[in-house]
Amino acid sequence: MKIIQNLGLLMFILALLIFTAMLGIGSHKLTEENIPGKTEMHKLAILKAAKEEGLLDKELGNIQFISSFSKVLKKAQERQIKEYIPEDMGEWDVKIGDWELSGYTNAAVKSSAQGPIQKNPWLWFGLTFGLAILGGLLFIFPKFSEHPGIKHNGIYHDSLTRGLKLNIRSLFLGGTILAMLVFGFFKYQNLFWPLITLVTIALIYYLVFYRENSRDNNPQRSASPIHTGWLGVIAGVYLIAFYVLLYWFPAYINNWITMVNPISKSLSGGEASNWFLYGLMYTVIVIVMGIRMLSKYQHNNYQKIRTFSVMFFQTAFAFLIPEILVRMNQPWFDFKNMWPLDYDFFYSYNIDNLISGGHLGTFMLVWGILLFVIGVPLFTYFFGKRWYCSWVCGCGGLAETMGDPYRQLSDKSLRAWKYERYIIHGVLVFSIVMTAMVLYSYFSNASQILIFNVENVKAWYGFLIGSAFAGVVGTGFYPLMGNRVWCRFGCPLAAYLGLVQRFKSKFRITINGGQCISCGNCSTYCEMGIDVRSYAQRGQNIVRSSCVGCGVCAAVCPRGVLRLENGSDDGASRTEELRTIHIAEGEIGILG
Amino acid sequence: MAHTVIIGNGIAGTTAARWIRKLSDQKITMISSESKYFFSRTALMYIYMGHMRMEDTQPYEDWFWKKNRIDLVMDHVTGVDFKLKSLQLRSGNSITYDNLILALGSKSNKFGWPGQDLDGVGGLYHLQDLENMEAYSKGLKRAVICGGGLIGIEMAEMFHSRHIPVTMLVRESNYWNNVLPPEESEMVSKHILKNDIDLKLGVNLGEIKDDGTGRACAVVVKETGEEIPCGYVGLTAGVSPNIGWLKETDLEVQRGIMVNDRLETNIPNVYAIGDCAQLRTPKPGRRNIEAIWYTGRMMGETVAYGICNKGVDYDPGIWFNSAKFIDIEYQVYGDMPAHHDEHTTSLFWMHEDSEKSVRINYDTASGTIKGFNLFGIRYRHEVCEKWIRDQAHIEEVLQNLGMANFDPEFYKQYEQDIVKLYNMQTGKNLKLKQRRGLNRVLSFLTQ
Repeated sequence: MKIIQNLGLLMFILALLIFTAMLGIGSHKLTEENIPGKTEMHKLAILKAAKEEGLLDKELGNIQFISSFSKVLKKAQERQIKEYIPEDMGEWDVKIGDWELSGYTNAAVKSSAQGPIQKNPWLWFGLTFGLAILGGLLFIFPKFSEHPGIKHNGIYHDSLTRGLKLNIRSLFLGGTILAMLVFGFFKYQNLFWPLITLVTIALIYYLVFYRENSRDNNPQRSASPIHTGWLGVIAGVYLIAFYVLLYWFPAYINNWITMVNPISKSLSGGEASNWFLYGLMYTVIVIVMGIRMLSKYQHNNYQKIRTFSVMFFQTAFAFLIPEILVRMNQPWFDFKNMWPLDYDFFYSYNIDNLISGGHLGTFMLVWGILLFVIGVPLFTYFFGKRWYCSWVCGCGGLAETMGDPYRQLSDKSLRAWKYERYIIHGVLVFSIVMTAMVLYSYFSNASQILIFNVENVKAWYGFLIGSAFAGVVGTGFYPLMGNRVWCRFGCPLAAYLGLVQRFKSKFRITINGGQCISCGNCSTYCEMGIDVRSYAQRGQNIVRSSCVGCGVCAAVCPRGVLRLENGSDDGASRTEELRTIHIAEGEIGILG
Repeated sequence: MAHTVIIGNGIAGTTAARWIRKLSDQKITMISSESKYFFSRTALMYIYMGHMRMEDTQPYEDWFWKKNRIDLVMDHVTGVDFKLKSLQLRSGNSITYDNLILALGSKSNKFGWPGQDLDGVGGLYHLQDLENMEAYSKGLKRAVICGGGLIGIEMAEMFHSRHIPVTMLVRESNYWNNVLPPEESEMVSKHILKNDIDLKLGVNLGEIKDDGTGRACAVVVKETGEEIPCGYVGLTAGVSPNIGWLKETDLEVQRGIMVNDRLETNIPNVYAIGDCAQLRTPKPGRRNIEAIWYTGRMMGETVAYGICNKGVDYDPGIWFNSAKFIDIEYQVYGDMPAHHDEHTTSLFWMHEDSEKSVRINYDTASGTIKGFNLFGIRYRHEVCEKWIRDQAHIEEVLQNLGMANFDPEFYKQYEQDIVKLYNMQTGKNLKLKQRRGLNRVLSFLTQ
């Protein structure tokens, strides 16, 4: 059994190595046939510039090609300044706009690529995805023959899952945030928004440390005081790099996209994009790691059904149905995603796209609105926010499957909770303000509101929250800060669901009388960083806005103390102490 | 301002400190030589197994103590002068007190076995025991654990989690059958064997052999003379109050420190709580020393009321306890002896997988419910307690049994089978009226 598992592990590592090395395989050769361009004038301009730069018919590696082609594009643009615009043409039929540059680079990279991956994409798909899936399953399947029970042996002995020392973690987090802001500055050539962000971060820091008096609180629960798991660090860096390439440099991962092209064509009929690659990988990971989750919790029906649910919603709703819709000439639409997580739902292009999509498109628009206007309060009232966060949501799905080995790394300190409340509600406010501006500008056609340019607000939200926070930090930090960094600190939808859960819901985690032994398993394995034990040991039911109802606290409790329940009463009475340990009396407050 | 000093920062001492702070503005000092911060003793095993780090077993963050003005002193108390109300510490310092709470905990039993003090021999109670186990675990070929009970099986599970072969020597004919009824005891024994732990029943430790360097190298079984080579020997034959250093003082001690219902010792302003306290008049059916987490916590709360002049008698209420035998959870509510008397009837249901069972004891004549033993199934503390306190009739309990179920959602419910079993045994025709669910429970508990 051990041999099979090691073989699986070896196959997985090999697949990962091939996957990484693939980026350096093959070459690019720009020819007269594969020059990109929306108009003949564009093509001609690029062709001329390419000839002058000597790029035409020259074979280059991926990175060199991209830098050379960027020069070509720049040159083409420069030439056009002097160009005469014929009367029957618009200015942009002739001139290449700045906004078209990255699209042209991607197109040129794709059309000029040649090499083994372009010749045989299926082979490479098999060597990476295929081998990784097979290896993963070989590693996971023997676990089904183990005795059912809690499988957390050795988690803190393992370099991949034991987490970081606090100072190294802070360094990573601070460095990543700073790098994102600097990158944002260069990307948008705009200092205003990076500065606003920096000021906001400083303000939150000030509020938590000084106004909430937590500067003296040595947060020993946030990260390991002695050990840093370097394998975890490597995994985190790899994930961060992956997200940076995926979001902002798709031209460099053209080989990965090419490899999944046949699958995209067979599903939607269209060419694969970086987003298709991401969707496919995401789905495969949720399924394979979901099977791991099923093997881990054989004895726990709640975990099994919940895992089936996230696997199903990711595969059907987030991946297959949208692709099939496209094949049927309908708008790409994920029926389970909703505003404000789906922050571009009210962007004009999306609204127009849906409205022009006939009855189905209009239905999608109405559905998307009903989901968060009626669906959220209704379902959250009955079941708590878990109905979405740990049963349906894609981000939650990834966190509960791929992220499960890292759940213990969430920061349980009171200080982290204070950060959490400022940040997540801040993002909620940002998303509402941004959407309000977008809608105002949609109906009034105003592009400027007060001092804010609506396009810039949208762009910065998409960059900072939609990509940097949700992706780079949210998922890249799984092995560094736990699997729910985005859901806990950043997701505006989670904030909204949480407010409903906190103030109007039947959901709570019930404490079983006085049976708690304060062991700390519940808090340790709470992915949302809730100090479950602090409630359990004083016999107080848990109603916390952040709780996603994953049920793991109840599963790992060795004394059967916790139960996720929906009961008829709600509001403040849910958190009353049903039974004090010995003599009824209040508790020393830990907040404030 | 009065100064209360608490020796020991386990669950009893810590609970006392917290409640004194809640009820008063006294100066509070807690002394411990084991660990600066309170940690959950019952969670030590999880540190070894890699489920948690030491910090994760500490229920309060470090700033908590300062915020609540509870002074922590990491030192060892070497002597006490009850007349001067002064404590001598190993560091040479001394501390005076107005009230003294002794929350000294236990130490592992040693019954004079040859070799019991060799290196590589230890119990599992203190943090230092854990460090000792850790130190000997590297390259360990086999560990032998002497003694069943809750600590013995914990230690076995710990070594097992690191794939270290374990032999358990258990005096009883089945695991813990002096506490568990025969069926449950056998169930746990089977579970231990299923986990590849070498369980030897009905045997005692004869001798621990020295490898010549002062280190344990083998264990000799008393009954068979069999020699089992091993690199570590765990002594888990129970614990006893850790009061050795107090025996020469004016404090009245027997096995533990003698206390009355207010947890006061024979010396004014000196109290004893937790594992080290021995009750002069225990409640009917209860032992005078109960070294468990829950009683330590209740005593801590009770003594705080006494010190803050709101004295109440110690009342541990209806017995409850819980444990986990590797993968089988165990909960008990009420009086559930290993062998019940002739006035009691025991309804025992076991699942076909032999890892889940429910035992309900009731008075044969009156039908009054006495207690519950649960294995692999969780029941609600409050509901079971209310039934027992209200002396509910077995048939009323059975018809509403679903209310007690505390298993997670989507778990199969077996209450129907239990009622069926009762019907079969008695010829009655009861129906299960309540299934699992919170609403009914809330109205039941508040009625």
